[in-house]
Amino acid sequence: MAAVENNEIRYLNPPTVEVRKKKYCRFKKAGIKYIDYKDAEFLKKFLNEQGKILPRRITGTSLKFQRKVAQAVKRARSLALLPYVTDLLK
Amino acid sequence: MIKQYETVFIATPVLSDVQMKEAVAKYTKLITDAGGEIVYEEDWGLKQLAYPIQHKTSGFYYLIEFKASPEFVASLEVQYKRDERILRFLTVALDKDAVAYAQKRRENKNKKAAEPQAQPQAEVEVEPENNQED
Repeated sequence: MAAVENNEIRYLNPPTVEVRKKKYCRFKKAGIKYIDYKDAEFLKKFLNEQGKILPRRITGTSLKFQRKVAQAVKRARSLALLPYVTDLLK
Repeated sequence: MIKQYETVFIATPVLSDVQMKEAVAKYTKLITDAGGEIVYEEDWGLKQLAYPIQHKTSGFYYLIEFKASPEFVASLEVQYKRDERILRFLTVALDKDAVAYAQKRRENKNKKAAEPQAQPQAEVEVEPENNQED
């Protein structure tokens, strides 16, 4: 009995198993082909609080659509729909 | 060769309604005179700018979708640059996905415009649910 118990590994705290959610490209998943620069509210999902474009490693967007997002954000900025620089965008 | 374009311009907020209509008429006329075809127009009205342009914090936005030859776009932009009423403009060529998107967007807008009678009913249905949640 004692030998069996020794073989078991005991943890003081239950081990935290990280189940990381797989990132995915929302445009591929939803079948969106064109990203509209006129829709500033939607583009804000791809900006941080300073109004900078978030990297792919955070949003999970595929390269093809990241380029389109960047293009759309820059167009929106030039039309003053989105700011170039700011604080507390959200 | 005819391509489809979309142009948005921002006019100064000091214009009156009549002056704004006049400015819009000027550009629509410019397009049609050059053999272009206007597909869609949309007035976004007076909007706050995300940052000041020429010391102005708001402007009248106007969107025109049109079909024209690529040579025409350059002359349209020259007209924009010469016009003191225009703060900013952007002309974009639409590819086939963009054309499909623009069409869908238009249909949604039309639907919303046609639906105001249906909306009050929906609101009445929603309200009791909200009360329960409270």
